[in-house]
Amino acid sequence: MSDINKKHFKHMLVVSDGLKSRYLKEKIFRASGISALIVALLFLAIIVFSISTTGYKAFAQTYIKTEIILEGAVDSSNIEDINYLGLIRDSLRRDFPELSTRAELADLYRMVSIGAQYELEQYLLDNLDNLDTAFAFDVLATSDVDMVAKSYFDDTQEQRGRLTERQYQYYLSLLNGNRIDKKFNTNLFTRGDSSNPEMAGILGAAMGSFFVLAITFFLSFPIGVGTAIYLEEFASKNRFNDFIEVNINNLAAVPSVIFGLLGLSVFINFFNFPRSAPLVGGLVLTLMTLPVVIIASRAAITSVPPSIREAALGLGASKLRVISDHIIPLALPGMLTGAIIGMARALGESAPLLMIGMVAFITEVPNSLLSPATTLPIQVYLWADSPERGFVERTSAAIIVLLVFLVIMNLLAVYLRKRFEKKW
Amino acid sequence: MSFEVNLAYIFIASIALYFIAKNRALNLRSRHKFIATVGYHALFVSLITFVPSVVILIFWTLLEGSFLQWMVLRSLPIELITIDYTSNYLFNEIINIANGVIPIDSSNTLHVIGVQRYEDAAALSRGIKIIIVFGSIALLGFYGLFKIGPNFNARLSSEVIIRRVLAGLSVIAVLTTFGILLSILFESLRFFQSVSISEFLFGTQWSPQTAIREDQVGSSGAFGAVPVFLGTFLIAIVAMMVAIPFGLMSAIYLSEYSNANVRDFMKPLLEVLAGIPTVVYGYFAALVVGPFIREMGSIFEWELTSESALAVGLVMGVMIIPFVSSISGDVITAVPKSLREASYGCGATKSETILKVVIPAALPGIIAGVLLAVSRAIGETMIVVMAAGLAANLTLNPLKPVTTVTAQIVTLLVGDQEFDSTKTLAAFALGLVLFIVTLTLNIIALHVVRKYREQYE
Repeated sequence: MSDINKKHFKHMLVVSDGLKSRYLKEKIFRASGISALIVALLFLAIIVFSISTTGYKAFAQTYIKTEIILEGAVDSSNIEDINYLGLIRDSLRRDFPELSTRAELADLYRMVSIGAQYELEQYLLDNLDNLDTAFAFDVLATSDVDMVAKSYFDDTQEQRGRLTERQYQYYLSLLNGNRIDKKFNTNLFTRGDSSNPEMAGILGAAMGSFFVLAITFFLSFPIGVGTAIYLEEFASKNRFNDFIEVNINNLAAVPSVIFGLLGLSVFINFFNFPRSAPLVGGLVLTLMTLPVVIIASRAAITSVPPSIREAALGLGASKLRVISDHIIPLALPGMLTGAIIGMARALGESAPLLMIGMVAFITEVPNSLLSPATTLPIQVYLWADSPERGFVERTSAAIIVLLVFLVIMNLLAVYLRKRFEKKW
Repeated sequence: MSFEVNLAYIFIASIALYFIAKNRALNLRSRHKFIATVGYHALFVSLITFVPSVVILIFWTLLEGSFLQWMVLRSLPIELITIDYTSNYLFNEIINIANGVIPIDSSNTLHVIGVQRYEDAAALSRGIKIIIVFGSIALLGFYGLFKIGPNFNARLSSEVIIRRVLAGLSVIAVLTTFGILLSILFESLRFFQSVSISEFLFGTQWSPQTAIREDQVGSSGAFGAVPVFLGTFLIAIVAMMVAIPFGLMSAIYLSEYSNANVRDFMKPLLEVLAGIPTVVYGYFAALVVGPFIREMGSIFEWELTSESALAVGLVMGVMIIPFVSSISGDVITAVPKSLREASYGCGATKSETILKVVIPAALPGIIAGVLLAVSRAIGETMIVVMAAGLAANLTLNPLKPVTTVTAQIVTLLVGDQEFDSTKTLAAFALGLVLFIVTLTLNIIALHVVRKYREQYE
C-alpha cells in the first residue's frame, strides 16, 4: 500500500468510527421533529376531546313526565286565567299523595324549573284547538335534577349532588316509575341567556354574533377591497402610500384588546354610541379585520397576470374598465376567501367586545343593531365564569356550536379557493 | 329617520338621477356629437350626488350623539346636576327615557326638562341632516345635469371621483392607527396627571381597585405597574418555552423531512390550533390545565392554586405553536437549496446540515418570527383573563398566580364605571405601554424579515 493510500485509509477510519453516533444523532433529531409535531397535534386532540366529552351532554335535557289535568275546557276566552304553575304543582302532587307538610311539597316543587310553566303555556297555545282536559306533558326539571340524571355524581361525590336527601328520594321514585325522560335540549337553541342553566340558551348570543359579523362583513369587505385596489392599481410609489402600507402591516399585528380601547374611547365616549350594541362591536371588529381583508385582496389582485391587464388596456379599455371588468371578477374568489377568513377571526374574537360593554347578562334575543347583545365567545366567557355546575356542560356546548360555525366558514373558504383558483 | 333609511333614500335618488341624466344626455346627443358615452354621463351625475351625500350622512350620524349631548346638557339648569349625577350618566338616562326603555319619573324635573330638550334637539338634528343631505343631492344633481354636454369628458371625471373614493377608503386604515394612538395617548396623559410616570413604570405596588371613590380612605390607590409587567413577562416566557421548541421542530420536520403528502395533511391540522378562538383556550386553561397542575402539585405536597402562570403560559404556548411553525417554516424553505447541497457534498448528515447550515442561515427570519410570537403572547387577552387571576404578585415563580397587562386592562374597564376615574384611565396607560411594546416588536420583526428576504432573492 502506498503512503497516500494509507493516509486516506486512516481518514476513512476516522469518518466511519464517527458514523454510528452521527447516524444516531440524525435519528434522534428526526424523531424529535416528529414528536414535536405529534405533541402539538395531541394538544389539539385533548382540547377537542375534553370540550366534546363535557359538551355533548348539554344537548340532552331532563324532563319529568306528568299528566296535566285541566279544570274544565280551555279556549281562547279563558286561557289567560290559567295558573300554569298551579297546574304543574297539582300534577306533581298527584304523583306523591303521601306528602303532606309544606316543606315536603316545597322540596318537590323545587325540582321543577320555573321555565316549565312557560313551556306549558306554549303547549296550550299551540294545541288550543284539540285540547283534552287531561294530557301527558313533560315538565322541565331543574338543572340540579338534570345533573343527577346525567350521573355527574357517580363515584366521587354524593350521588344526589345538590338535591336534598328528600328530593333525591323523589327523584329515585320518579326514576323507578320510568318518569324521568331525557329529550333533545331545544331551549339551548331557542332561548337567550338565563340565570337558570336549564333555561339558558345561545340563540341570543348567536344573533348577536350574526349582527356583529354582518356589520363587519358589509363594512370591511368593500373598504378592504377598495383599499387594496387603490394600493395595487392607483397608488404611485410615494412616501404617503408607503406609509399606508407599513401602517396596514403593523395594524394587522396590534393586539385585539387595543382595538377595544379604541372602540371604548372613540365610538362610545366620543361619538356617544350606545354601549353593548352590535353596531359598535361590528365597527370595532371591522377595524380589526380590515388589515386581513386588505392583505388578502392585494394578494388576489397581484395574482391576476399582467397580460390580461395589458390586453384590455391595449384594446382601449380605460383603467377603471380594466379593474371593474377584469381584475375584480378574476380576483373576487381570492378576496372573498380572505374576507371569510377575516370573518372567522372576528367570530372568535372576544377581548375588544368585552370593553365596549357587550359582556352583560342579556336574556332577550337581540332584534336590532342597537339592542344590547352579546356574542358567542362572550357567552362562553360568561358561562365559564358562572359557578353553577349546570353551566359547565353548556359552556362546552356553546364552544362546540362556535367551533362548528368556524369549521363551516373555513371549509367555505377552502372550497372557494379550490373551486375558483386559477393557475395561470 | 334612521341611518339606513336615509341611505336608502340617497341610493334611490342617485339611481333616479342616473336615468334622468341618461335621458337628458340621449336628447342632447341627438343634436351634438359627444366626447363621452351616455352611460358615463349618467354615471357621473349619480356618483357626484351619491358620494358627497353619503359622506355627509356618515359624518352627521357619527357626530349626532355628541351634538345631542351638548345641546341637552347645555340647556339644563346646572344647579340641578349634583355630584353623584355626572353628566354622562344623566344623558344616558335621558336617552333611555326618551326611547321608552325606562318609564319617566315626572317628579324628577331634570328628567322632564332633559327629555323635552332631547326631543327638541333630536328634531333639530334630524332637520339639519335632511336639509344638508338632500340639499346637497339637489344642488349637485343640478350641477351634474347642467354639465352634461358634448364637450364634457364624463368618463375622466367619473374615474377621478372613483379614484378619490378609493383613496379615501385606504385612508381609513391610517385613521385607525391615528385613532388608536390619539385615544390611548390622550387618556394616558390624563392618567399621568394624577399618577407620575416614574411611579407607574417603576412602582412595585399595584392595587387599582381601591380607587373607586374619590372620598374613600386610601382612595389614591396604588398604580405601580411593575408586578403587572413582570407577570406579563413571566407568562410570555413560559409560552415561548413551549412555542419555540415545538413550533421550530415541527417546522423543521414538515419542511425538511416529511414528504409532500404528510405535509399537506399535517400543516392544515396544525393551523387548526391557530384558528381555535382564544376564549376556548382560556376555558381549557381554567377548566383542565389549571386544576391539573394543582393536582400535580399536591402529589409533591405543594399548596398550589389552579390559577398559575404555568397553566396560562402552557396553553398560550400551544396556541402560538402554529404561528412560530408557519413563520419559521417559510423562512426555512426560503434558504437556497445550494447551501444544503454544498453541505451534503461535504458529507454532512441531514440533521447536521439543518443544525449547522440551514438554521444559522435562517436565523434572522426565525428570530423575527419569535419576536412576532412574543408580541402575540404579550397581547393575548382571553386566556389570561379567564385563567390567570388578578393577583398582582411580584414574583418570578411560574407556579404562583400572576396578572398581566391585558388582564388588567379588561378588568379595569369591564362594567359600568364612570369613565373618568384614575382606575379606568390606568387601563389606557397600560394600553399605551402594550401598544408601544408590541409595535416596536412588530416593526423590528417586519424589518428583519424584509432584510432577510432581500438577502436570498
